[in-house]
Amino acid sequence: MNPYPHKHLLGIEELSALDLGTVLDLGERFTEIATRPIKKVPTLRGKTVINLFLEPSTRTRTSFEIAAKRLSADAVNISGTASSTVKGETLLDTVHNIDAMSPDVVVLRHAQAGAAAFVAARIRAAVVNAGDGAHEHPTQALLDCSTIRAHKGRIAGLVVAICGDIAHSRVARSNLFALTRLGAEVRLAGPRTLLPPGLTEMGGLVFDRIEPALEGADVVMMLRIQKERIGSPLFPNTREYSRYFGLNEARLALAKPDAIVMHPGPVNRGVELDPAVADGARSVILEQVARGVAIRMAVLYLLAGGGEAAVE
Amino acid sequence: MDLCLRGGRVIDPGRSLDSEADVLLSGGLVARIEPGIVNGLPVSTRVVDARGLWVVPGLIDLHTHLREPGQEYKEDIASGTAAAVAGGFTAVCAMPNTVPPNDCRAVTQLIVERASAAGRARVYPIGAVSKGQRGEELAEIGEMKDAGIVAISDDGRPVMNAELLRRAMEYARTFGLPLIQHCEDLTLSCGGAMNEGLVSTRAGIRAQPPAAESSMVARDLEICALTGARYHVAHVSTAESVELVRAAKRRGLPVTCEVTPHHLTLTDEACARYDTNAKCNPPLRSESDRLALVEGLRDGTIDAIATDHAPHSILEKDVEFEQAAFGMIGLETAVALSLALVRTGVIGPGRLVALLSANPAAFLGLGPRGGSLAPGTSIADVTVIDPEAPWAVRPDGLRSRSKNTPFGGTDMRGRAVMTIVDGRIAFAEETRFG
Repeated sequence: MNPYPHKHLLGIEELSALDLGTVLDLGERFTEIATRPIKKVPTLRGKTVINLFLEPSTRTRTSFEIAAKRLSADAVNISGTASSTVKGETLLDTVHNIDAMSPDVVVLRHAQAGAAAFVAARIRAAVVNAGDGAHEHPTQALLDCSTIRAHKGRIAGLVVAICGDIAHSRVARSNLFALTRLGAEVRLAGPRTLLPPGLTEMGGLVFDRIEPALEGADVVMMLRIQKERIGSPLFPNTREYSRYFGLNEARLALAKPDAIVMHPGPVNRGVELDPAVADGARSVILEQVARGVAIRMAVLYLLAGGGEAAVE
Repeated sequence: MDLCLRGGRVIDPGRSLDSEADVLLSGGLVARIEPGIVNGLPVSTRVVDARGLWVVPGLIDLHTHLREPGQEYKEDIASGTAAAVAGGFTAVCAMPNTVPPNDCRAVTQLIVERASAAGRARVYPIGAVSKGQRGEELAEIGEMKDAGIVAISDDGRPVMNAELLRRAMEYARTFGLPLIQHCEDLTLSCGGAMNEGLVSTRAGIRAQPPAAESSMVARDLEICALTGARYHVAHVSTAESVELVRAAKRRGLPVTCEVTPHHLTLTDEACARYDTNAKCNPPLRSESDRLALVEGLRDGTIDAIATDHAPHSILEKDVEFEQAAFGMIGLETAVALSLALVRTGVIGPGRLVALLSANPAAFLGLGPRGGSLAPGTSIADVTVIDPEAPWAVRPDGLRSRSKNTPFGGTDMRGRAVMTIVDGRIAFAEETRFG
């Protein structure tokens, strides 16, 4: 029986707790490969992975590329500025062209919600959503869960505070789905301008100040304030945002003494995260990046239908 | 040739008529409505068996986009009126957002001439409020009236400027024309692609709050009171808007409103899987909004059912959700979707016919030229409906040039089986009438 009963990874929302466990367990087994002198296994030899990044991204694209290469897949990167999309080609035509080259997996980053589902419905390859607008970023949530599990030994019963721009964050949505499905209490905090309707129905506990959300938290996840929000009517400026909604050491003291601090990156130092906290002992931000490679190896492995999991 | 519709259930809400009778159409008019007149007619009269069917005054759509001139790849007057008669509509009002927009006499005349040449449904053009629908200066409303417009609207481009709206309403009143507003405060909707709520948050789609509509309805109603001009809310979609219109009617304001079959049927859940065919503006709302629309129909607050038939090709629809054009086709599914209200007991057949025919006719001031079946005076525009016929929506089988409907594959009950315009059969279901 296929342990992962889906053709694509479009969002966490359609995954069960069992599916999540499958990916997390496999990701943990793959973390060991990064410690080897030769960080490569032949598992996906002969498979083609296309990283189609139609929105700027460095770390997620690099992470997927390294993941594919460590599994011996042939990885090709198409980025937004290099692809035909700037010449006015529609996503539909881009998809048809890529489909014609018979890749096994297409990893898609796109600025619009639903783009991954759009592509998945029109292509033979398996599709991994690497972020579609404000919808989902499933591999980020998986690597976050993997990091949390490594530090806390479990996810069920933990209190996780996700703070910042919930409204525009695909990371917040994917983590909300993943963490609630795995039994955590998820608190969502930010100014009301950045809290969309429906979060309670989606299983979150909603706070308009971050202090009560931080109280007794096991995990604090800070979200990036995107530059394009600055100057919009959502908040006055980064100075005031940082003053009321940024994570500093005083606020972090409200969380549990052993709470970990996470951030999907890239960090706006001094805006949502005080540098002392970002670089502090409780920050696991770089570990998230390291685990991202292993989780993406697990996802590519499961979707590309590799042979024996050559982990041993 | 004279035409006799035999033995149908004749429903004419204007005269509180709902009984079985034969209907004789002669000389472009409704000649007689009585039981048993089929016996003793000259053999030259064509007799249509309407037993078990409804015979009603021709349906009139207050809100249609025919796309001609300028976007004939989506629809043109010939294909749009073919869809209209196939859906039971003997007349449609053509919204002015063509390319160029219908903002002057020449465009109005072109629409009238093309409609006449197509020879299917009647087309009543609606003129733009402002030149180029830009919301800056008044369009040549008087000349367009002379050329045949029945109302003014900048549909799709709401009149944001309050003074322009005031002056447009005053000026339109001078020419006896109502103003139809697509209510959407653009500074509040901010380009949102669907209704703001749980579904948009879950899907991560930029959304517009219901208040973007109702806040403009509230403002406009005050300008309606200021000017005393006739004001019509297009495709009302929120509970708050319905309540505002209800209260305005109690105040005695000259206000009317319409609702679409899709807003009565679907909710924003239809957008949850990024179905661009469910993307329309105003967007599909929540279930509580939908129920408020149904209640507004039941209690008389809402005056008409109008399709907002908005054809778009796959170029505008087979794209990412936020990039897709707003709108869905509706002429050929309106009767079936509306009949569901009768089947569920919300309204009776007479009220349904009022919403689809008599009230739109009254709004347009058609008199005997539509919306009634008065022997000797009414024009011979008649729709014959089978209220129970089961069918499934096959987009490829629809007459509209565009296929952008979210109801593809949906099982329906009830449809128009014959549409008669000016005494001539403009559409007849082939399998039934050969």
